[in-house]
Amino acid sequence: MQQNLGTALAAAGREAGGNRLWPRKGLARREAIEGYLFILPWAIGFLVFRLGPMLYSFFLSLTRYRGTGNIEWVGLQNYIYMFTQDPRFRDSLRATSVYVLSYLPLSLIIGFAIAMLMNQKVRGILGFRTIYYLPSVTSGVAVAILWQFVFHKQFGILNAILGVVGIQPIGWLVDPDYVMVAFVIMSLWGVGGSMIVYLSGLQSIPTELYEAASIDGANAIQRFFRITIPMMTPTIFFNLVTGLIGAFQIFSNAYIMTGGGPQYRTYFFGLNIYFTAFSSLRFGIASATAWVLFTLIIVLTIFIQTTSKRWVYYAGRG
Amino acid sequence: MSTTQMKPYKGQQPAISYRGLGKRRQQGLLTVLTYVVLITGAVALMVPLFWMLSTSLKTEAEVQAWPIQWFPSTPIWQNFVDVFERVPFARYLGNSTWLAVTSIVGQLIGSTLAGYGFARMRFPGRDVLFFVMLSTMMLPAWVVVVPHFMMFNAIDWLDTYKPLIIPELFGSPFFIFLCRQAFLGIHPELEDAARIDGASTFRIFLQIFLPLSVPTLSTIAIFAFYNSWNSLLYPLVYLRTQLKFPISLGMRMFQTADFGVTHYPRTMAASLLSLLPPLLLFFFAQRTFIQGVVMTGVEK
Repeated sequence: MQQNLGTALAAAGREAGGNRLWPRKGLARREAIEGYLFILPWAIGFLVFRLGPMLYSFFLSLTRYRGTGNIEWVGLQNYIYMFTQDPRFRDSLRATSVYVLSYLPLSLIIGFAIAMLMNQKVRGILGFRTIYYLPSVTSGVAVAILWQFVFHKQFGILNAILGVVGIQPIGWLVDPDYVMVAFVIMSLWGVGGSMIVYLSGLQSIPTELYEAASIDGANAIQRFFRITIPMMTPTIFFNLVTGLIGAFQIFSNAYIMTGGGPQYRTYFFGLNIYFTAFSSLRFGIASATAWVLFTLIIVLTIFIQTTSKRWVYYAGRG
Repeated sequence: MSTTQMKPYKGQQPAISYRGLGKRRQQGLLTVLTYVVLITGAVALMVPLFWMLSTSLKTEAEVQAWPIQWFPSTPIWQNFVDVFERVPFARYLGNSTWLAVTSIVGQLIGSTLAGYGFARMRFPGRDVLFFVMLSTMMLPAWVVVVPHFMMFNAIDWLDTYKPLIIPELFGSPFFIFLCRQAFLGIHPELEDAARIDGASTFRIFLQIFLPLSVPTLSTIAIFAFYNSWNSLLYPLVYLRTQLKFPISLGMRMFQTADFGVTHYPRTMAASLLSLLPPLLLFFFAQRTFIQGVVMTGVEK
C-alpha cells in the first residue's frame, strides 16, 4: 500500500480520536513518561517557535505597531485597509495567483511527461535522469543571479538563441508583459524535483497490471488512461499539494532578480510581507498580509484534500 | 551514442506474425524519437550552467560582444582569484559551512528524538500531537517571521548566529516524519531482545535504532545542508554585519560590487563557486539523495 505525506496526515487525523487514558500500571506509565521526554524538544520548539509566534502574529495583525513605541489596537482596520485601499496587496494577490496558476499546471504536466520518458528502458537513461534532476538541486541566490544574466536583454543567452530564429531581443525582467513568463521558465528549470517523485510512482505500479491489460487487448493509450493515470493519482496529489504550498511562498528569486518589479508584477506575497515589515516597519499590516496568505494556503489545501476523495485512487483500499 | 541500434528487452520481443517486421521498425522509430527528445531537453537544461561556466572565464569585452561569444578566446582564471580579493568570499564560504554543519547536527538530534517518541513509544495524546506536528508543515515562515524578529530582538540575539542555529535543535516536522517512518520499519524483536538484556530505552534508541536508520539520517543531513546553504530570508532578517554573512547574502555583493554595475565574469565565477558544494554533494551522494526525494513522495 502506498502512503505519502498527504495520506499520513489524513490517517493521523482519523486515528487522533482514539486516545488512551493515562495508564495506571507501572510499565506503561514509565513508557508514557519516557515517550513525553523524547518528544519534549519538539514540543518546546513547537510552543516557542511555532504556536506562540503564530498567535502573536494574529494579535499583531489587529494592531498598529512600527517596531518601537506602543502597540495600538485597531481591530480589523488592517484587513479592511488591505482589501479596500492597499494597492500593494492587490499587486501581491495578482502576482501570486498568476504565478501559481501558470506554473503549477505546467510543472505537473511537464514533470509527469518527463517522468514517462525517464521510465523508458533505453540505453543511458540513468545519465539522462541525473541531467534532468541536476537543476533542481541548485537553488538560492547564485541561481537567481545566474538567471538574471540568462534573461539579460543585451548580453543574455536566451535572447541570443531566440535571435538565431529572428526574434527581437525581449526585456524579460524589465517588460511587465514578459516578467512572469521569465519566472515560469526559470521555475520549470527545476521541474526535476517533481519528476523524480513521479518516476518513483511510475516504477511502483505493478507490471502485472499492464500484462493483464495487454492480454485483454488494451492498447498503449488505453493502458495509459486506465492504469497509469489512476495508479498515479496519489503521486499527482502529493506534487499538487506540495507544489501549491511552495509556489505561494516564492521569495528569493523575485527578491534577487526583480525586487518585485517591473510595475509590481512580481510583488509576490513574500516580498510584500518582507518589505512591509522590514523596510516600512509596518508590523501590523505585514502580519495581516501573512495571515491572508496563510488562510489562502489552508483553504486551497483543504479544498484539494476534500475533492481528492473523488479523484485520488488508493490501491488496496477499494 | 548508437541511437538506431535496437535492443529489444525480455518480454518485449514482438510476436511472430505477418506484421512482425512493421512492428519492429515502429519500435526502432520510437527509440530514435525518444533519444531526440531526451537529448534536446538535456541540452536545453544544461545551457544556463554552461553559460555560467563560459562567462566566468571571459573578459568583460567578451561578455558584451555581439553576436554572443559561446566560448572565451582565452580563459581568464584571474576572475576566480578576483572573487576572493574583491569581497571576503572565503569568509562567506566558511560562515555558510559553519551554519550548515550546526543545522545538520541540530536537525539530526531534534528530529530523531521526536521521531522515536512518535514511532515507538505509547503515551496518551500521541496521535493528536503527531497530527499537530504534521500540520505545522503548512505554516508559512511568513506568519512567524515578524514575531521571531521581535523575540530575538528582545533577547538581543540579532546579528548573531543564535537565531539561525538554536531553532534547528528542535527538529522540523518533515524530518521528524521521515525518522518516524524509518523507526516504524525496524523489527520490534530487536528492541525486545535488548530490553531483556537490561538496556534502557535511550540506549536502545542510540545503539539499535540510530545505526539501523543511517540511510534516512543521511537523507536528513543532505536536506538540512541544502536548506541551510540556500536559505536567504532568515540571514537577511537577522544579520547586519557583513563579515557574518553566509554565501547567500555574500553573493548579493557582486550584483553591485563595482559602483552599482555588475561585473558579469566575476559574478558568474562566484555563482559557480557557491554552487560547487551542493553540486559535489549531489554527485557523491546521488543514490541517497534520490532515494530521499522518493521517500518524501511515496512511502512503502
